[in-house]
Amino acid sequence: MNALARHRRLTAIWSSEPGWKGWLSTVNHSDVGRMFIVTAAFYFLVGGLLAMLIRAQLATPHSAFAGPEIYSQIFTMHGTIMMFLFAIPMIEGLAIYLLPKMLGARDLAYPRLTAYGYWCYFFGGAMLLISLVFGIAPDGGWFMYPPLTGRIHSPGINTDFWLIGITFVEISAICAAVEFTVSILKYRAPGMTLGKMPVFAWYMLVVSLMILTGFPPLILGSILLELERAFGMPFFQVELGGDSLLWQHLFWLFGHPEVYIIFLPAAGMVSTILPVMASTTLLGYRWVVAAAVALAILSFGLWVHHMFTTGIPHMGLAFFSAASTLVAVPTAIQVFAWIGTMWKGTPRLRLPMLHILGFFVTFVIGGLTGVMVAVVPFDWQVHDTAFATAHLHYVLFGGFVFPVLAGIYYWLPLVTGNRRFFRLGEVAFALIFTGFHVTFLAMHWVGLMGQRRRISTYAPEDGWTVINLISSIGGFVLAFGLAVVLIEVVLNLVVRHPAPRNPWNSGTLEWAIPRPSAAYNFASLPRVSSREPLWDEPGLPARLARGEGYLGEAASGRRETLMVDSATGEPEQLVIYPANTRLPIALAAVTGLFFVSLLVKVYLITPIAIAAVAALGWRWAWQLGSKQDLGDRLIGHGVAVPTIAEVSRPPGWWGSMFLLVANATLFGSLLFGYAFLWTIAPGWPPPAFIAPSLPTLLAAAGGAVLAVAGLAIAGRSNQNGGTPVPGLWMAVAGALGLVAVFSMMLWAAPPATGHAYNATILVLGAYGLVHAALTSLMLIFLLARHRAGYMSQRRRGELAIVTVWSVYLFGVTGLVVPAVYLPGLVT
Amino acid sequence: MLIAFGAIFALVMMLLALAFRPAGTGPTWAAGEKLWIIGLGLVFPALILLCLLAYGLWIGERLVPRSGAEVMRIEAEARKWSWRFSYDHDARRSTENVLHIPAGRPVDIAITTADVIHSFWVPRLAGKLDAIPGHVNVLRIEADAPGTYAGVSAEFSGRGYDNHRFSVIAHEAEDWQRFLEGEQ
Repeated sequence: MNALARHRRLTAIWSSEPGWKGWLSTVNHSDVGRMFIVTAAFYFLVGGLLAMLIRAQLATPHSAFAGPEIYSQIFTMHGTIMMFLFAIPMIEGLAIYLLPKMLGARDLAYPRLTAYGYWCYFFGGAMLLISLVFGIAPDGGWFMYPPLTGRIHSPGINTDFWLIGITFVEISAICAAVEFTVSILKYRAPGMTLGKMPVFAWYMLVVSLMILTGFPPLILGSILLELERAFGMPFFQVELGGDSLLWQHLFWLFGHPEVYIIFLPAAGMVSTILPVMASTTLLGYRWVVAAAVALAILSFGLWVHHMFTTGIPHMGLAFFSAASTLVAVPTAIQVFAWIGTMWKGTPRLRLPMLHILGFFVTFVIGGLTGVMVAVVPFDWQVHDTAFATAHLHYVLFGGFVFPVLAGIYYWLPLVTGNRRFFRLGEVAFALIFTGFHVTFLAMHWVGLMGQRRRISTYAPEDGWTVINLISSIGGFVLAFGLAVVLIEVVLNLVVRHPAPRNPWNSGTLEWAIPRPSAAYNFASLPRVSSREPLWDEPGLPARLARGEGYLGEAASGRRETLMVDSATGEPEQLVIYPANTRLPIALAAVTGLFFVSLLVKVYLITPIAIAAVAALGWRWAWQLGSKQDLGDRLIGHGVAVPTIAEVSRPPGWWGSMFLLVANATLFGSLLFGYAFLWTIAPGWPPPAFIAPSLPTLLAAAGGAVLAVAGLAIAGRSNQNGGTPVPGLWMAVAGALGLVAVFSMMLWAAPPATGHAYNATILVLGAYGLVHAALTSLMLIFLLARHRAGYMSQRRRGELAIVTVWSVYLFGVTGLVVPAVYLPGLVT
Repeated sequence: MLIAFGAIFALVMMLLALAFRPAGTGPTWAAGEKLWIIGLGLVFPALILLCLLAYGLWIGERLVPRSGAEVMRIEAEARKWSWRFSYDHDARRSTENVLHIPAGRPVDIAITTADVIHSFWVPRLAGKLDAIPGHVNVLRIEADAPGTYAGVSAEFSGRGYDNHRFSVIAHEAEDWQRFLEGEQ
């Protein structure tokens, strides 16, 4: 087979359906990555348009452009769209597109999940967009503080759009985070040890773990606030044992890591692009990676610095103030590693480099004002003024948009195969840089003069008129600059002007894929022995196209790639992917039906939607696996590995582990909320605690033990060549027993509207019930799979996956039951 | 603080600009990890932050309310979109949107709210402190000179937020005595 024949064969296997229908069924990471990027860019335009409306409103005093009601929707949606519908999805899109190419794989770990995540984003974003078009958009500020966003003060549907729509969109972030974590740890080119990974992959690994632990508090907060709004469960109502501060804690537990979730991928791009622009390697790779990890860990310890004005005790203030300033250290390590890299090499002033310089100027200023607001007395003055808004724009625009623009110009030849034709980019950069600094330096100034954020108008006597006008003019210059970027990108797509294969002389693997880029990425997978494989061997792309790497034969006629040992990078398993399918969009649609039924409060549809999700989920898992043992397969160079159907830790096992990290964080946040209300909220203890009954406690303990022990017996028996069926039935009995226990708990719970304690008990019980039901369903699935012939001594992976979930159920039961019944026992 | 940060910014920009010097003209020690990462990345910010933190805590300590016989206590209750101030020498005495205080004496404002979250802010007297349902936050203020000071609520509260204002009147000793006796 010559290179062309191999290309044709692989293209037939990997390409999506022709025409627009291909978008609906594609699961290929390059397609879905591009869909993410284009959609996120669309929301950037919408958010930018809203920003222009804000600047138009504030350009003159006593502006009659928009009244306070509409203005509240405008600034709320500007923040919401930029954070949730632009920044995070843009990161997801870029990483989905780039990671497999950089890591030397043909796709991400879960192609159907990539597509499902996209469609959740698409439908969830559409919900928010519809609310905006109809003028019923959220209007409580992008951090949605109750009681303002509670039922009494915001009776309309506006807030529900935010809580439900954003939660729906968050599903895509969680999906992507699980996918990136597993892909980076397991789906790499042979020989690529952790220390030889492209630095961008390190950053994305850190970011993914942050998403898994940072987003669940917000998801929980949204669930609780929506429960309060829809069913009167008073989590945030102080008269009934709730506390509005609980929302602030949950929101900022998410919100602060969120800033780094946005900044770190951008820093990863800088760490990737800047050394190439200086024709050298990154100075202090290990230090930079360590700094990113340190930043991630620190970022979870300083959410309270958004709450310095809420009356936190002085010791708490001192601690969080110290922690907040401490983030300057890992940030400084990265900044000076980058500047040192430039000193080490010979920097070229190409367009991506211009944007990186823009990033340096802007981000350093943003970082310094950040240290200022971390100082408590200073924060007490500027909190909730335009100074804080200006600071966050310096950090986010400087720390995210400039690096992304650098990234767009850097990777554009990879995506389009073309080089730039007109030199519009330099003009655009000048406009953006000038416009940005004029806008936001003026905002710092007017903030120090006392202009509060979120006011819809001001009086001429305030003395802010000229500064606001300057700021607005700057904003429009900035917008022009961004429009020029858009024009240039579109021109680059349509005007054919071929670029060389590796125009920047980069060393990383994404530049080794065929031109124009092919759906399968690599005709054969390389063996890697350094961080810059293309510098080691400039002829690598041709050699891969000739099929001289791994998996060059396309023997099975299916989509294949390799899973490796996460530390050493040695091949471990042969992955066979599912191909194009409409299952992801269908599953996203019924997931959307679930959310819409909650939004419009037609609760009759909710159980139907849940059943549809379960049915499609069943089909999703059923499509995998094999009915016969295939044995070890040759992957080239004399190496043979088992397929993923015949290992004890298949991709689903890894995915379950990391999904449960997010899930456990959600549960932990719930327990935190319970403890917080108990200790901080006025109105505790509640009028009455639930009295425990001995039979319930015994049933819970028995069910949990049975669910775990049954699976252990099933696994042992299967391993010894026996049948797993009796053990599985035992586990089913245990899990169904827990379903009964949690149902009883909900049944016997006092009215949830009476007190936050009652409401919390209800949510704890419901959480247990969901997991007991889910595990039961998985166990029944295993029985069906066994009967259909998908299980054997070798094909044991599904047992391992369900074991993880049933152990988790055991843990949940062991925490929920005491949390619910212990207070009644003690008092 | 501004001068120090300006200097740091200038230093970073200078290092950045010097990176574009002609190739091969820099000293060889300038390419090492030790200088850039340990020196500039680790030690340099750590020193600055230590100074900054000490300064911040010292200032913060001064702003924290201390108990004392001299301190008078006034309750401030926010609602959409007004403020009510009650004076502890006379429970029936309260004013709307105007806070009366004696000049030259520390005053504790006990801040709370009747509905959503608001924030008490008189920029010329002190930093801001939130009014949170079910909680009472105490802010120490002191007006050095008699006069009228503008105050606003600094937490977004919906439609009437723009004009959620109040004013503070600091009285001289005799004036204050008259206010206490119930004359205006």
